[in-house]
Amino acid sequence: MSKIHVNATVNGDAVEFLCEPDEVLLDVLRDRLNLTGAKEGCGTGDCGACSVTLNGRLVASCLVLGAEVEGSAIETVEGIGTADALHPLQRHLLDHAALQCGICTPGIIVAAKALLAENPDPSEEEVRFWLAGNLCRCTGYDKIIRAVLSAAAEMRGDSA
Amino acid sequence: MRYVVAKDCPEAVALLNANNGARLLAGGTDLLVQLKQGAAKPNILIDIKKIDGFGNIAAEEGGFRIGATVSGAEIGAHIALKAAWPGVVEAVELIGSTQVQGRATMVGNLCNGSPAADSVPAMLAAGAVARVEGPGGARDVPVADLLKGPGRTALGSAELVSSVLLPKRGARAGDAYLRFIPRTEMDIAVASAGVNLELDAGGVVVAARVALGAVAPTAILVPEAAAALVGSRLEASALDACATACEAASNPIDDKRGTAEFRTRIAGVMATRAAKTAYTRAGGSL
Repeated sequence: MSKIHVNATVNGDAVEFLCEPDEVLLDVLRDRLNLTGAKEGCGTGDCGACSVTLNGRLVASCLVLGAEVEGSAIETVEGIGTADALHPLQRHLLDHAALQCGICTPGIIVAAKALLAENPDPSEEEVRFWLAGNLCRCTGYDKIIRAVLSAAAEMRGDSA
Repeated sequence: MRYVVAKDCPEAVALLNANNGARLLAGGTDLLVQLKQGAAKPNILIDIKKIDGFGNIAAEEGGFRIGATVSGAEIGAHIALKAAWPGVVEAVELIGSTQVQGRATMVGNLCNGSPAADSVPAMLAAGAVARVEGPGGARDVPVADLLKGPGRTALGSAELVSSVLLPKRGARAGDAYLRFIPRTEMDIAVASAGVNLELDAGGVVVAARVALGAVAPTAILVPEAAAALVGSRLEASALDACATACEAASNPIDDKRGTAEFRTRIAGVMATRAAKTAYTRAGGSL
């Protein structure tokens, strides 16, 4: 079976890769591009651990084929903040102790960033609704929601 | 398995026609799960997302034509569409998480053939018409006529749905969709209802369509439930008759989500509540 040649950008960098026709974007990112931030939780689009944005739209990378992203712009958690300069979402997640095992965290960060790009001042309910597709089995969610709300306040420049 | 990007609709139809075991790829939120689980083993995937026009929501004769690859997120963000058909849009927006909304399509929800598909009762209530493309050209088919059973549609093996038309609606008209699930969000309907009403200047229902989901092998229209609402201002007696008609039309299964008895009862409850919302949206006051 011949592999498919794909050109795309990931976090602004041009990438090209060969993939199998049935290979999902999550596996391309992790196994071919060595970007292991996106995690495989369920592999069926239920848990959100593999969240990335595709042309600005939040998606589950386990439900996208690698072959489908030809010409597309992909953003992953690796493009958000650096070890020296964390994104406000990352800093507030740490400050609120809003993670334990951490498997869901990259997906939460990508999803929350996509929310704040669309709605910089979400209500608690809006945050909970938007993140309903990001499952966390450790925290009970409250700390995550509070961290996202306080990061949003900081990003808006509100004194909090 | 091969992966092919169709350049245009005739090419997609020709590929379907030439390949037994081909599957169309739009949003992929059902198909990729089936591939992973081995439930679908196509020899060729035909990606239809690059076909001109398939990704559009277009105004047409006072209504809206929604292309086969338009995602739920795009439908939810379309202000004029949401104003005209709030029930259809709220049904589409109930499908899955934010991540799923970014990919899943209304036409895919229809063609997947689930009896519990959220958008289908809303489309039935709206009188939506699918544009079916095949080797013989295009034909327009009411959505109601495409539903054949769990996972089955009336589409031929070389046919596809290129778009769905939501028709022009009257001035005093409104629709609504409601489903019952055991949790707050992100679940599959135990029973659901879509209702579309048109009122006269005095708030009397002059036209009604009532559809149910998850209580039969396909989503179903219930003309008797609609007839119970026509001529009323949704007085209690009309709503009771509507619920009774819904219960009579229900023929559900028992499964882990709900018993047949519960589904039957709740179908009428969903329909009457959706009717009240549709009535209010149509400008009526209860």
